[in-house]
Amino acid sequence: MNGFGAFRLLREALRGQTGWEPQWRSPERPQPTYDVVIIGGGGHGLATAYYLAKQHRVGRIAVLEKGWIGGGNTGRNTTIIRSNYLFPESAALYDHAVQLWEGLSQELNYNVMFSPRGVLMLAHNVHDEQSFRRHVHANRLAGVDNEWLDAEGCRAFCPPLDIHQQRYPVVGGALQRRGGVARHDAVAWGYARAAAALGVDIVQNCEVIGITRGADGAVTALSTSKGEIRTGKIGVVAAGSTSLVMAMAGVRMPLESFPLQALVSEPVKPVFPCVVMSNTVHAYISQSDKGELVIGAGTDQYPSYSQAGGVQILSHTLEAICELFPMFRRMRMLRSWGGIVDTTSDRSPIIGLTPVPGLFVNCGWGTGGFKATPGSGHVFAATIARGEPHPIAAPFSLDRFATGRLIDEAAAAAVAH
Amino acid sequence: MLLIHCPWCGDRAELEFRHCGEAHLVRPADPAALDDTQWAAYLAFRDNPRGWARERWRHVHGCGRFFNALRHTLTDRFAATYKPGEAWPEPPI
Ligand SMILES: Cc1cc2nc3c(=O)[nH]c(=O)nc-3n(C[C@H](O)[C@H](O)[C@H](O)COP(=O)(O)OP(=O)(O)OC[C@H]3O[C@@H](n4cnc5c(N)ncnc54)[C@H](O)[C@@H]3O)c2cc1C
Ligand SMILES: [Zn+2]
Repeated sequence: MNGFGAFRLLREALRGQTGWEPQWRSPERPQPTYDVVIIGGGGHGLATAYYLAKQHRVGRIAVLEKGWIGGGNTGRNTTIIRSNYLFPESAALYDHAVQLWEGLSQELNYNVMFSPRGVLMLAHNVHDEQSFRRHVHANRLAGVDNEWLDAEGCRAFCPPLDIHQQRYPVVGGALQRRGGVARHDAVAWGYARAAAALGVDIVQNCEVIGITRGADGAVTALSTSKGEIRTGKIGVVAAGSTSLVMAMAGVRMPLESFPLQALVSEPVKPVFPCVVMSNTVHAYISQSDKGELVIGAGTDQYPSYSQAGGVQILSHTLEAICELFPMFRRMRMLRSWGGIVDTTSDRSPIIGLTPVPGLFVNCGWGTGGFKATPGSGHVFAATIARGEPHPIAAPFSLDRFATGRLIDEAAAAAVAH
Repeated sequence: MLLIHCPWCGDRAELEFRHCGEAHLVRPADPAALDDTQWAAYLAFRDNPRGWARERWRHVHGCGRFFNALRHTLTDRFAATYKPGEAWPEPPI
């Protein structure tokens, strides 16, 4: 009895909501052996497990999560979804994800509240305009929607925006209408529920503390806070902690982990119709269905695992928000928090094989991986199952740092939420 | 915001400083002698530790000089800052 039909809702309403069961199985202890173990129960890890179970015959699958599922960056992010990245490799990867987002609630039979309300990226100077117009053209060639709006067009699309203020005048913007937001927790829960229904074991409070390799170098087992597990295939999907997990197998990574913060205001009536980002002044904002303004700030300048960033980073963002949207000057903020994001030097993710046989990695999503959750899980599952990169994942290999075929979205966008 | 001790200027607010990555990385003397993997290891691969980290900072809005620091990446506490060329201090227990 796992559904949410009208009759069920009515019955539960009448009996004080006492009849609901957990939406996914979460065994207290893992089995001693699995065919594939996914380390990390964020959206990407759970999606990977779901697609492995649904589309590939790989046997028994576990997801091991050191805390609670979705408690990492998945539950801490500002949920912006878009695919108008500059390079064809990125546009292909992120648009694959957007196409999956469009049908995800149906696919999982769970409402992930995907809301394609449009993502508007503001241009404040000539350089921004040239760069965004280049993005628009590149995206159109790649079959990804993205259009240029002049300043009046931006104001019409987002009435709270003050395009005439002196500090950050708006010269125009790039709008992706298929972009938007989704409910972060529902994404983790929806994938968990659907994966568990297909037999995946989701084990929480189970921290991986060691990875064992055999004489040939291949992975054979892992140690966890809940005992040893034998397995021949491991997928590491541990976001900010990836360097630490990979070090357990003796692999050094091209990653640095930084705190990234966000905050929400007290809830108000619907006032903000879309998502607005400004890379130049570093602010991005949307309104949740609960009514809170959801505001993303920048990363701290130094690597840290503290999950708390500096207050000056938040105030910098709020100053920019108050300039762009003067109507929010007297809003009160309710909460702020930080997550730890794993960044690569080209600001593109790493998805694929590693020098260790049987060990696969999906990381480096940095400040902008929520939008990719379904696509990332889908191509990573295929990569693990077949032992070779899925064609969309292939350019995002770990070797690109040696071959020099970087996918330099860092230079293209400066921020990548 | 962190309070950072510049070895030349003393305690100053973090806003005056720029973090410059992992410390004690030595540029290979003869890059042409390295293969691509070794060069990538120098350019991109990092320790990224959870715990004590040795890192380079620069007092950009002060004396402008580079220095090294020993900082804990879970608490963000500095154990020491020291001048370039000086031996690194042992992490506190
Ligand atoms: C403040 C903030 C705002 C953001 N805004 C956006 C945005 O607007 N749009 C966007 O697309 N992206 C955004 N991101 C980035 C996005 O959140 C991440 O890229 C994405 O959620 C990563 O998903 P994940 O499943 O890989 O990571 P996570 O959800 O972090 O999952 C990794 C999991 O691994 C677990 N783990 C780690 N080590 C171990 C171990 N040893 N054993 C077992 N488990 C372990 C962790 O507990 C964690 O739950 C934002 C991030 C932050 C912090
Ligand atoms: Zn100084």
